[in-house]
Amino acid sequence: MNNILECYNLSKFYSGVPALTNLTLSIPKGKIIGLLGPNGSGKTTFIKIAAGLLTPTTGSITIDGNAPGVETKSYVSYLPERTYLSSWMKVSDIIAMFSDFYPDFDVPRANDMLKRLGVSTNAKLKTLSKGTKEKVQLVLVMARRARLYLLDEPIGGVDPATREYILNTIITNYNENSTIIISTHLITDIEKVLDEFLFINKGQVVMSGSVDSVREEKGMSIDELFREVFKC
Amino acid sequence: MAWKFVSDRPIYLQIAEHIKIDIITGVYPPGERLPSVRELAAIAAVNPNTMQRAMSELEQSGLVSAMRTTGRFVTEDKEILEKTKQALAHELAQEYLRTISRLGYTPEEAAELVLKINQ
Repeated sequence: MNNILECYNLSKFYSGVPALTNLTLSIPKGKIIGLLGPNGSGKTTFIKIAAGLLTPTTGSITIDGNAPGVETKSYVSYLPERTYLSSWMKVSDIIAMFSDFYPDFDVPRANDMLKRLGVSTNAKLKTLSKGTKEKVQLVLVMARRARLYLLDEPIGGVDPATREYILNTIITNYNENSTIIISTHLITDIEKVLDEFLFINKGQVVMSGSVDSVREEKGMSIDELFREVFKC
Repeated sequence: MAWKFVSDRPIYLQIAEHIKIDIITGVYPPGERLPSVRELAAIAAVNPNTMQRAMSELEQSGLVSAMRTTGRFVTEDKEILEKTKQALAHELAQEYLRTISRLGYTPEEAAELVLKINQ
C-alpha cells in the first residue's frame, strides 16, 4: 500500500454544524503535505480525527490500514495547536513520560535537539517562553520515529527566526519512509518544504497537487494560488 | 541562511541553478564531493525530495555525477564547466537586455552603457 492515510466520505458535525462534509482523500507515503485552508475550513477537525481525538460522524478513515485508535497512536505523532504539557513539569520529566508512552521515542535524539536549542532538561516548563515551549513540544513530536506526523499550525505564534528553526527541525528529522502533514495558513513560509498541497474549504478538498507542478503549469506559487482560489 | 526563491518557477530548478552558480564560483570546486541531499536540504531549508530532484537535474547536465555509496561529485570536465558558465552568462545578459529594452534602449546602447559604467 502506497498511501499512509485514506479517508472516504468523512463528515463531522458539531451539534448539527458541519465541519467536514464528505471529505475524500488519500495521502501518499514519504511526502511532506501542506493542509491549507482559510480559518474554519476544517483543518484542525481533520487532524484531530486522524489523531484519534475526535470520532467522525459518518464516513471512514484509515491510517496505514487501521482506524484511528490505540494501534495508530503508536505510529502517529501529533503536534496539537495548543500545548497540553503541565507547566510544573521539568523538561526531563516530559522526556521520561514520552519515552514511557511511546516505544518509538528516541531519547538521545530528543536530548540532542534540546541541547542545540539551548534548553536545559532541568528547566521547568513554566520558566520557558512561549516560543521555547513550542520548540520543546515540536522536539518531543519529531523525536519519535513515527510513520505519520500530524503538525497542526506548528509555526503559528512564533517569530520568523523560530519559524526557520522549526522548519529546519522538520526537514532534518523526517526520513523518506515517513509522512508529514502540516496544517497552516502561513503558506509563504512553508511552501518550500512541501511536496504536495491540499486546499480545503468548508470541510471539502477544493484543490490538490504538487507544489512544483503548480509553478510549472501556472507560473505561480502556492501562496498566490491560494489568494486566487480563496479570494474574499 | 535559507535560500530565496521566486514564485513563478519550480523550486527544484531554482535550487539546481543555485548549486550551478556555487560550482562555477568555486564554492564546490571541480572533483569535490557535494554535501548529501539531506545536508543540502537543511542548508537551503527545502524539502529533501525537491533537493533530490534538483540533483537529478544536475546529474543529467553532467555537472555532477553520482558514485554509488560515496556520494555526488562535481565534474572535472573543463568543457562541461565552461559550457555551464557560458549558459549562465547568456541568461544573465538576456535578462539585462529584456529589462533595459523596456526603457527604450537598443542592444547597442545597452552594450555601450555597460562599457561606460565599467570605466
